[in-house]
Amino acid sequence: MSTLRTEEMTLNMGPQHPSTHGVLRFVIRADGEVMREAIPDVGYLHRSIEKIAEKVGYHGFMPYTDRVDYVCAMFTNQGWGMACERLANIEVPRRGEYCRVIAAEFNRLASHLLTVGLMGMDIGAMTPFLHALREREMINDLIEELCGARLTFNYMRIGGVAWDLPPGWREKAVAYLDHLDPIITEFNALFSYNKICVQRLANVAPISAEEAVNYNLVGPNLRASGVKWDVRRDMPYSVYPEFDFNIPTGSGEWGTVGDSMDRYMMRIREMTESSKILRQALAQIPDGPVLAKVVRNFKPPVGECQVRVESARGDQGWYVVSDGTANPWRVHVRTGSFAAMGMIQKLSRGLMIADLVVLIASLDVIAPEIDR
Amino acid sequence: MPLLNTLPDYVLTTKTDEMINWMRKSSIWYMLFGLACCAIELMHTGGPRSDIERFGATPRASARQSDLMIIAGTLTLKMALRTRLLYDQMPDPKYVISMGSCSNCGGLFQLAYSVCDGVDKILPVDVYVPGCPPRPEALTEGLLKLQEKIMAERWLARERAVELPAQA
Amino acid sequence: METVTIFERLQQRFGDNMLEVALKPPGLFAVIKPEALLDICRYLRDDPDVAMDCLSNQTGVDRKDCVEVVYHLFSYRLRHEAVLKVRLPRESPAVPTVEHIWKSANWMEREIFDLLGVTFDGHSDMRRILMPEDWPGFPLRKDFVEPAEYHGISTVRESPILRLDKKK
Repeated sequence: MSTLRTEEMTLNMGPQHPSTHGVLRFVIRADGEVMREAIPDVGYLHRSIEKIAEKVGYHGFMPYTDRVDYVCAMFTNQGWGMACERLANIEVPRRGEYCRVIAAEFNRLASHLLTVGLMGMDIGAMTPFLHALREREMINDLIEELCGARLTFNYMRIGGVAWDLPPGWREKAVAYLDHLDPIITEFNALFSYNKICVQRLANVAPISAEEAVNYNLVGPNLRASGVKWDVRRDMPYSVYPEFDFNIPTGSGEWGTVGDSMDRYMMRIREMTESSKILRQALAQIPDGPVLAKVVRNFKPPVGECQVRVESARGDQGWYVVSDGTANPWRVHVRTGSFAAMGMIQKLSRGLMIADLVVLIASLDVIAPEIDR
Repeated sequence: MPLLNTLPDYVLTTKTDEMINWMRKSSIWYMLFGLACCAIELMHTGGPRSDIERFGATPRASARQSDLMIIAGTLTLKMALRTRLLYDQMPDPKYVISMGSCSNCGGLFQLAYSVCDGVDKILPVDVYVPGCPPRPEALTEGLLKLQEKIMAERWLARERAVELPAQA
Repeated sequence: METVTIFERLQQRFGDNMLEVALKPPGLFAVIKPEALLDICRYLRDDPDVAMDCLSNQTGVDRKDCVEVVYHLFSYRLRHEAVLKVRLPRESPAVPTVEHIWKSANWMEREIFDLLGVTFDGHSDMRRILMPEDWPGFPLRKDFVEPAEYHGISTVRESPILRLDKKK
């Protein structure tokens, strides 16, 4: 009897697919269910935000920074604000800094809720996604009361924030945090420690610490591989030195250090830490103005600067070059998702196609951060 | 005595067109075509609070199984060619809702070199929903407008109504 | 170690390959010759007192007279950073790749090639990453002219406000 003829298949996991991490495309060379390689093809959401910065000026660029990463837009706002303030040596008032931290940490909670919910949906469980969306809607209500928008906020300005906390908002925020802490425990019991979830996620694509640093992974992905680096603790900015919080790192208790389960659990643990920071910030917030006086026709001196912000997806670097006029000369955002996508081709060798979905969800890539 | 008055309560009388359209409008299945920020609001619209599934609209992953394409997000030129391909893969009769400023007209990205200014350059659009991003309530209203448009179609006379009936 | 100290070390070792050192905060950088790039990068990575184990950002900037490639180096072990710059001529700029020193350079160099036209000698996969394969020109250059159409889709959208004026 002659032997069976087998050949490699080339599949297209096209730009439109139900794993809703945005428009990403993979060309998968597969031997049955096991992949030889998954080559990513990006650029389907390239909206030329960096070129638009050169046309609209410093103040006008703030709404565009929301769209660089729409799930956690407060961090991009903060990064742009900090870069312009560093160029022009502007100091943000203390109450403004506290408002920034409160808005940013609520946004981190919302972003991590979406990530863990989408991880559930990608594995095939629809219900954890709806649980996460229910909590996220309540955060959306709080932020809508604060700044008027549910998703792309445009809340921060160069020199502070646009509006102060409304009356009664602090009590509502603390009540929400009291509601959320037991929900995280319930979510863990229902989904994270579920046997199916652990078996799907553990030991999938472990990344060692040296590899993670070499490929420039940042944020929860880097901390899951064992590198204890958090911009809020190690290159502190804003008023983060005044708060007391831990930095969780990956421990490999369900598999190896740096596997998908570690990366997923990082986000669950960071939600608890964010809750701690928020309680302290809401208790300690001082009185005063929230916005420094910045001229409308903002022209920072000639020069350049780079600024880092710890966003929900990692350490976001903003590099701004100014030539003394009202429009920046060059703006560049270095995002964690870009580096994470660059690593997928190497990590995908030998994985199954279903594991690729888990890998993308655990790295928490989002298309606008890659393509800008 | 007219026939209508002799029938009991549980017998409904209507026109065939309206009955067919009532069944069609109550089960519009939309394709998950979330491109950018509006995709998050699309997910929230299908989520627990503003549940769009109570109108019969459930998400489908494949273009071959859906009647409605909600273009949620910015359409870049690189993606525009693939979008046209996906629209051609949908079976007739099909509808398109353009959600958000970016797919209506390019939105705030009209200054960009790589963005297609509006999805109606490549597809025929039925309903435009403004907003950046539109609230879930706005998208639900867009779907209800589309349902009104579907109710106005005529099948027996072999012609399609192109105008909505006059508003009261 | 302070950035100033790192630059002093570089000047001791590679004195004639350093063109300029800017020390005014907030943007400190050192401009080096493109021929010495690989030696300097290998030294910065392997020397135990400097130990730059991460290329955290690599960008290109189009100055009017040259194209600059900027390298932001960072050390997780020793917690310090340094910025290197290389200045290249505007027509066919080329520089050796640092992909085999820091793997994160792979995609960042593809992006600089795509948007600014800088070729990296020795790169394993030098092709466009963000723009479509058949896009003409390099968009982030200051003299880039947007094409009038792409595959039959026009890149201009007439604003309705102008049309209202015309009706008057």
